[in-house]
Amino acid sequence: MSLSALHTSDTLRSRSEALAAAFPALMADAQHLASTVLLGVHGRKRAGTGDEFWQYRPAEAGDALRTIDWRRSARSDGHFVRQTEWQAAQSVMIGVDDAASMTFTGAKSRPSKLRRAQTLAMALSILAVHGGERVGLTHLAEPPRGGRAQLVRMAQALMDGHEAGDYGTPRPQSMPLGSRAVFFSDFLGDPAAIEQVMGRAADRGVKGALVQILDPDEEAFPYDGRTVFMSMSGSLRFETLKAKSLREEYLQRLAARKDRLLQATRRTGWQFHVHHTDQPGDPTLLWLYRALEKVRA
Amino acid sequence: MIANLAFTTPLLLLALVALPILWWLLRAVPPAPIRRRFPGVALLLGLQDDESQTDKTPWWLLLLRMLAIAAAIVGFAGPVLNPQTERAGDGPLLIVMDASWASARDWDDRTERVSVLLDEAGRSGRPVAIVALTDLPAGPPEFQSANAWAARLPSVSPAPYAPDYAAAADWTGSLDAEADVFWVSDGLAHDGRDDLLAALSDIGPVSAFQGARDVIALAPPRFADGMIETDVQRHLAAAPRELTVVAHGLDPAGIPRDLARETVRLDTGELRGTAVFDLPPELRNRITRFEVAGERSAGAVTLTDDTLQRREVALIDAQGEDEGQALLSPLHYLRQALAPTADLMEGGLSDMLLASPDALILADVATISPDEEEALIDWVERGGLLLRFAGPRLAASDVARDTAGPLMPVRLRAGGRSVGGAMSWGEPKALSPFPETSPFFGLDIPGDVTVESQVMAQPDPQLSERTIASLTDGTPLVTRAPLGQGSVVLFHVTANADWSSLPLSGLFVQMLERLAVSTRPAIPDAEDVAGITWVPEQVMDGFGTLRDAGIRPGIPGETMVEAPLSADLLPGLYTGGEQRIARNVVTPETELAPASWPASLPVEGMDVVPATDLMAAFLAAALGLLLIDALAALWLAGRLSGPISRGAAGLVVALILMGQMPSGAIAQTGRSGDGLTPEDELALLATSEVTLAYVITGDPELDRVSQAGMQGLTNTLWSRTSVEPATPIGVNLETDELAFFPMLYWPVSAAQEMPSAAAYRRLNDYLRSGGMIVFDTRDAHIGGFGSGTPEGRRLRTLAAPLDIPPLEPIPPDHVLTRTFYLLQDFPGRHVSRDVWVEAAPPDAEQIEGMPFRNLNDGVTPVLVGGNDWASAWAVDSTGRALLPVGRGMTGERQREIALRFGVNLVMHVLSGNYKSDQVHVPALLDRLGQ
Repeated sequence: MSLSALHTSDTLRSRSEALAAAFPALMADAQHLASTVLLGVHGRKRAGTGDEFWQYRPAEAGDALRTIDWRRSARSDGHFVRQTEWQAAQSVMIGVDDAASMTFTGAKSRPSKLRRAQTLAMALSILAVHGGERVGLTHLAEPPRGGRAQLVRMAQALMDGHEAGDYGTPRPQSMPLGSRAVFFSDFLGDPAAIEQVMGRAADRGVKGALVQILDPDEEAFPYDGRTVFMSMSGSLRFETLKAKSLREEYLQRLAARKDRLLQATRRTGWQFHVHHTDQPGDPTLLWLYRALEKVRA
Repeated sequence: MIANLAFTTPLLLLALVALPILWWLLRAVPPAPIRRRFPGVALLLGLQDDESQTDKTPWWLLLLRMLAIAAAIVGFAGPVLNPQTERAGDGPLLIVMDASWASARDWDDRTERVSVLLDEAGRSGRPVAIVALTDLPAGPPEFQSANAWAARLPSVSPAPYAPDYAAAADWTGSLDAEADVFWVSDGLAHDGRDDLLAALSDIGPVSAFQGARDVIALAPPRFADGMIETDVQRHLAAAPRELTVVAHGLDPAGIPRDLARETVRLDTGELRGTAVFDLPPELRNRITRFEVAGERSAGAVTLTDDTLQRREVALIDAQGEDEGQALLSPLHYLRQALAPTADLMEGGLSDMLLASPDALILADVATISPDEEEALIDWVERGGLLLRFAGPRLAASDVARDTAGPLMPVRLRAGGRSVGGAMSWGEPKALSPFPETSPFFGLDIPGDVTVESQVMAQPDPQLSERTIASLTDGTPLVTRAPLGQGSVVLFHVTANADWSSLPLSGLFVQMLERLAVSTRPAIPDAEDVAGITWVPEQVMDGFGTLRDAGIRPGIPGETMVEAPLSADLLPGLYTGGEQRIARNVVTPETELAPASWPASLPVEGMDVVPATDLMAAFLAAALGLLLIDALAALWLAGRLSGPISRGAAGLVVALILMGQMPSGAIAQTGRSGDGLTPEDELALLATSEVTLAYVITGDPELDRVSQAGMQGLTNTLWSRTSVEPATPIGVNLETDELAFFPMLYWPVSAAQEMPSAAAYRRLNDYLRSGGMIVFDTRDAHIGGFGSGTPEGRRLRTLAAPLDIPPLEPIPPDHVLTRTFYLLQDFPGRHVSRDVWVEAAPPDAEQIEGMPFRNLNDGVTPVLVGGNDWASAWAVDSTGRALLPVGRGMTGERQREIALRFGVNLVMHVLSGNYKSDQVHVPALLDRLGQ
């Protein structure tokens, strides 16, 4: 199967559907349900506002008359109130870094990092929508929504325009209180910006995951000889006479970067995951599924 | 070699001086950088190169380039190997050729060399004379134009004998000529070389030409310990060599063939070797000549004669009633005389005739039954030799009394006579000299041979012509009569010493030899062959080719054995009477010695080496080096990657191999680098650690899941138990040994091929020796065990040839339920209770107070189920579950139970019925308490 390095909005959606089809619907839990005004289809195993029947309880003083279920009450001497299960929907905000560095791929047989990030993002969105959640993109001002139409909108928004810079930073426009957020990026840019965003997110009670998407070449640094390394837009430039001798130091720096990201996520209760473009997307999606579940606490 | 190198334009070589400058120039230029887009550059910023040498070209690459340029310069300078140089000189030229048998080995080279000399002489207009030393002209040499000699050169051929240097020196001394002398020598030190060299030096300056090839000499064969040995020798021994000695002869159909071959290996410096032939007599008697295969020289051929023949002689005496001493036996002396040189047979007459011997000896046998007589006559007429000895029985019988009969050469008088005995008058009679017509002519008669008794011949008209030996008084001692193609010979005395002392003397042996009853044991002496004229049958030329002798004159016996070979006495096969003698070029005494030349004498080789233009080779080398340089430069710059580098590496390897083709052609097959066969490697891999194995079904997806499932189980075992298995192995039933694996997981797919009979044999061996196969039909979600799913049907087909005991659904007290975890369910990806194991023996008893029966024996050899365990166990390379199981936490629980079942399974296989012994725990505790 030959994969073109970048998605069009059509291929993005169809492939994401295929990827998402293998998983049970994502049922993200909401830790701070009370503070979320948006109702979803999450049964909370307690009485509240919702559509599903929860229980009949004897009417007490103070119950409004219209809450009494007359059909049930007619079968006995007492009065009963019909309660429904409290249901709530979760919001998942997804950020995909589309800076120039994400368009890199080390081999023609591998998709670019951007394409993989888009695929994962859409797969996650589809899972969420199937689970009745609401999804949205962080760099859009629009609030998260559910439904298949939202998937189409997201796919188009993901394909629209690239960030001009070499390295992107998450710039969340909207981040509803207590929602979930997932950022896909290579995180090779300034880590301080990411930490700042995560700090802000933590302040708003937003939890989530960072998925670092790397090409295997970036992990292995399989270069040798006299080489001029240039960033994808050409703004950065570095020349070495013997690339192989730099390998150790490069790997150390990469490990340090990962470690910094990991520490940042630990501080804020987020999750961190590294995905390589030569691996299939399924395990990462599964990981995301669990990571978002795990927040339940 | 280097000395023979010349250049057409040597001045170009001055360009080599520029190489150091080029070195300096090239060294200063670093390789060009390669540009790469790389997002990780952000992490690279600020790093320093710790090595600074690579901005210069590495020394070996420089060396490569220098070599390439040097090769190009040398190539353009036009190197020529073996440039032709003209031989200076004028005046007449005398070319003296040894033209002996030793020259025949490289005669073509010689004529080639001589024709080159003739060409040169022709260009210089020098008159030439060619003289073959083996065929000296009667007068002075004919000096003619080189062209005339070039036309006559093909008629000069090597002679099958050595040159007579003494005669040649005389002939040379008689010359009154001034000439340059070219001596084309055969390389051997024949007698009188120094004299000849001195004589030739008187004529003019001498140059010698001799070849570097070994002269091979094959000595006549000899008997040793019942085997035939022939010595091979050579004169230079500069290199090890293998010589094949071939025995030629006629096969039973009369067609010439190779009868036997032996190889003699001579190491460097080893001059002599011996080929030993161990042949049955029939084959041995058919050998006509030995030769060294591939050597065209009379010295490499040796003809065989009677020396090699061992006749088969049948001895028959008169059914001896006398059990007397051996020395009195009529056959004792015959045996003694014949045993060294003939194969003797003894037995009944009719038996002997069936064996068709060469000669048959009747010692004092008087009467022969009529049918035996008929067979005997028939045999003699077909060429047999019947030799009869007289004796008391013959003398007393009536045989040949009135008529001689076909089996008696003469008529006999009754009784015989006795002279010189105790009861008779007169002296014992001696032998009279043999007449010329006798086959014994020339033999010396010892004075002490006397005859005391004999049978007497009737005087007949034919008596005198049939008598071949007689006593001094004229009475016949030995008579002979022809019969058909054979003959009948009668010795008028006994074969033992009763009647005469003849059997005690050497003459007796010689007489038997002359009659060709026996063969001569060695090269004949002059007196052995004296008086016989030897007629050549076949003669040999210098190349060792045999041809018919035609009408060449006979050779008298005296010269036959002693005179050196010459134009009159060519090597070949000569017959005289009943015997044959071969004269060979090489005798057992022949010693090959290389000719030595004075240091002042120029000696040239025989090779005419054509000039070789090396320009192309050098330029090709330069081109090849530049190609390698290009690849190396690419590699240095890190631009070789992926398929390009593989292709380039292949190209380099091919180039290197091209240079080493002859030595590297012997490839090791079927063995990996460290000398292990693939089977050994599998065995090592599987036995170094406990290894889980699965059957490769041929369905790639299924096999991948099996591998992942075994890996998942391996991981679980590693983390939870003391079993720490190695990486699982896929097993090919057709090729791999199964005995190493404790357990074999066999996912059944409907499409799987039936294993071969050999594979089933291995599988059954595996089951009988304690192995366990887990069959997984993976269909529990659509049908229970035994239902007609395609996998279920396939399983039935696959398992039919296997040696599987009766099965039962796994009972709740089976040991599998408690080998590690306590389990009652065995789910995989599917949940089904249909898991079958070997049935418990019907007499298994419930143990009192225990929830299980007393099932002590054996690991179940098979476990059959359809729960798709491997899928539930499967993990990817990072250890995450590969396939979903069930839904949510229930699914995870199911996966956990599946893994626990896997652990139980491996524990069951490895520890057997250990947990079954728990039934005895109460008893053990009981005892401990006391």
